[in-house]
Amino acid sequence: MKPIFMTYTRGDLINLAILLIVGVIVIPMTVSSGYWYTSILIPWLCLALATIGQQIIMGYTGQLALGAAGFMAAGAFACFNLILRVPGIPFVGALLISGLIAAAFGILFGLPSLRVRGIYLMVATLASQFFIIWMIDKFGWFKNYDSSGIITAQDIVILGKPFTSPIEMYLVIVAVVTPMTLIAMNMARGSTGRNWMSVRDMDIAAESMGVSLLKTKLQAFAISSFYCGVAGALFAFTYLKSLEPVAFDIKLSFKVLFMVILGGLGTINGAFIGAAFILLFPVLLNYIGNNVFHGAIDATIISAIEQVVFGVLMIIFMIYEPLGMAKLWETIKIKIARLFSKT
Amino acid sequence: MADQLLFFIEVVVGGLLAGTMYSLVALGFVLIFKASATFNFSQGAMVFFAVLAFVGFMQDFNVPFVLAFFLAVGLMVIVGLCTERLVLRPLMNQSEDTLLMATIGLGYVLEGLAQAMWGVEVRRLDLGIKDFPIPWIADNLKLFISAIDLTAGIVAFGMIIGLSLLFKYTKMGLGLRAVADDAGAASSIGIPLKHIMLLVWSAAGVVALVAGMMWGARAGVQFALVDLALKALPVLIIGGFSSIPGAIIGGLLIGAVEKVLEVYIGPFFGGAIEGWAPYVLAIFFLLYRPEGLFGEKIIRRV
Repeated sequence: MKPIFMTYTRGDLINLAILLIVGVIVIPMTVSSGYWYTSILIPWLCLALATIGQQIIMGYTGQLALGAAGFMAAGAFACFNLILRVPGIPFVGALLISGLIAAAFGILFGLPSLRVRGIYLMVATLASQFFIIWMIDKFGWFKNYDSSGIITAQDIVILGKPFTSPIEMYLVIVAVVTPMTLIAMNMARGSTGRNWMSVRDMDIAAESMGVSLLKTKLQAFAISSFYCGVAGALFAFTYLKSLEPVAFDIKLSFKVLFMVILGGLGTINGAFIGAAFILLFPVLLNYIGNNVFHGAIDATIISAIEQVVFGVLMIIFMIYEPLGMAKLWETIKIKIARLFSKT
Repeated sequence: MADQLLFFIEVVVGGLLAGTMYSLVALGFVLIFKASATFNFSQGAMVFFAVLAFVGFMQDFNVPFVLAFFLAVGLMVIVGLCTERLVLRPLMNQSEDTLLMATIGLGYVLEGLAQAMWGVEVRRLDLGIKDFPIPWIADNLKLFISAIDLTAGIVAFGMIIGLSLLFKYTKMGLGLRAVADDAGAASSIGIPLKHIMLLVWSAAGVVALVAGMMWGARAGVQFALVDLALKALPVLIIGGFSSIPGAIIGGLLIGAVEKVLEVYIGPFFGGAIEGWAPYVLAIFFLLYRPEGLFGEKIIRRV
């Protein structure tokens, strides 16, 4: 699967500027209802960041890993423990160290990728998913010996100022996600990303061209789980506002996988599109259930329908557009541009 | 000492019998992999879908046991037919990873459909076999072996023998092996590819149904079956993806090892290591023997 973007054009920079203005100025000024922040914008950006992580390992490096939620859990609990146990640690510092801890797990569980690929690797990464969650669950230290199983996350404090309202949390997330996205884009189009993609497209050929498989794969695993770790910490501290291992079960891993595939393999903006779709579609279904059928359909049925639709979409995209919604969006843009150039 | 030894044997036998359930799920997987080189990630969902339909027919429509069984078999054939027509045929000659992801989607569809049709609550499945030690064995050998485990073991063993014979000695089996070896060449000499695929997916569906019935009788028919079925993946890695005996032995091995680890090592770590032990075991196998115990060696070229 070929990448879509290789270079920045002027248009990309203008797009970036517009997005930043909308994200940092327009949204905080116009949207005042907490619902939009707590239920849509915050989880969207957090999950999009995790999806970028999964994208790096799956979309760019072609390693079929299925353990994003495990690394997210590692990041979340690392952040919790750092803030709890290291007095005076700045939040951003804790966030970065949690990312690094998740990256260490990523390297450890990425080791099998040096020998195996495809579904074999998927099974090996499933080990990380189950092991990390089990470890956090069974050793009381990680949860600060809390017996209830659900721990409230600490408040985010940056330079002495607490960021607790939805809009403040949203701004914190934007401040983290924006640079990380830009760095991911740069890595993807630079030599790092080209190495990843050469490993993805034909690892044996890449190796004979002098690309070190060991270094490239482990690097991809490390960076991928760094992103997942930071995303997990943000997810727990701003969206869940609590820490419980169950929140990071295999279902979340599958969700992130779907975001990558539906959004488009090997694109960074696909991560955002995919995350938005997976997050918003259930909201839409619930809305239809409540307002069109007036609650006549049971909530469990709605979530079952949601699963069916995701599954069907996954199959349809695999058959007709393996590059996902990001590619679809590109095609539509080109068609619109042609329409205008004709007139 | 004798007591400890007896207890150890009990743990191992219990593990082996539980392992046959993993074997049953893995078996369905191997069938499909052999015929179409597709990693069918939805096998676990098929287990759930099949047994939930079976229980649903019995409980919601008061269909007798045998009829419900055949209705569920029929349903699985339809699922196989739709899968072949709507998923596999359009994706013919695509890469393995693409097919794998399509079957993940298929798994989601099956799980969702099953829950939309039959609801999400846990259902009891009574096969008339109880989950308590068989008195005769308990009295004479002093081993406590659950009746349902033993039944599952016997059923699994029977299915394995049947399928192995089918593969080895029938014309259909020969065709199957030909398709597995080289689908293009097989169809060029007139082996009906579509029929073979349909047959294989239906057979996998029936295997899934039986596996689901055994599991459901033990732990109730519920969504957790899908997660349990995931454990068939390490089984396959240990046994090899293309080997029926491999699926069996892998299942037995995983079953026994996870039980022994859980009982003897688990307490030091607060228990519940069953959840990840099979996967870690699989990783060790991957490092030393990536093709599994009985699998064919994979050679990749540029």
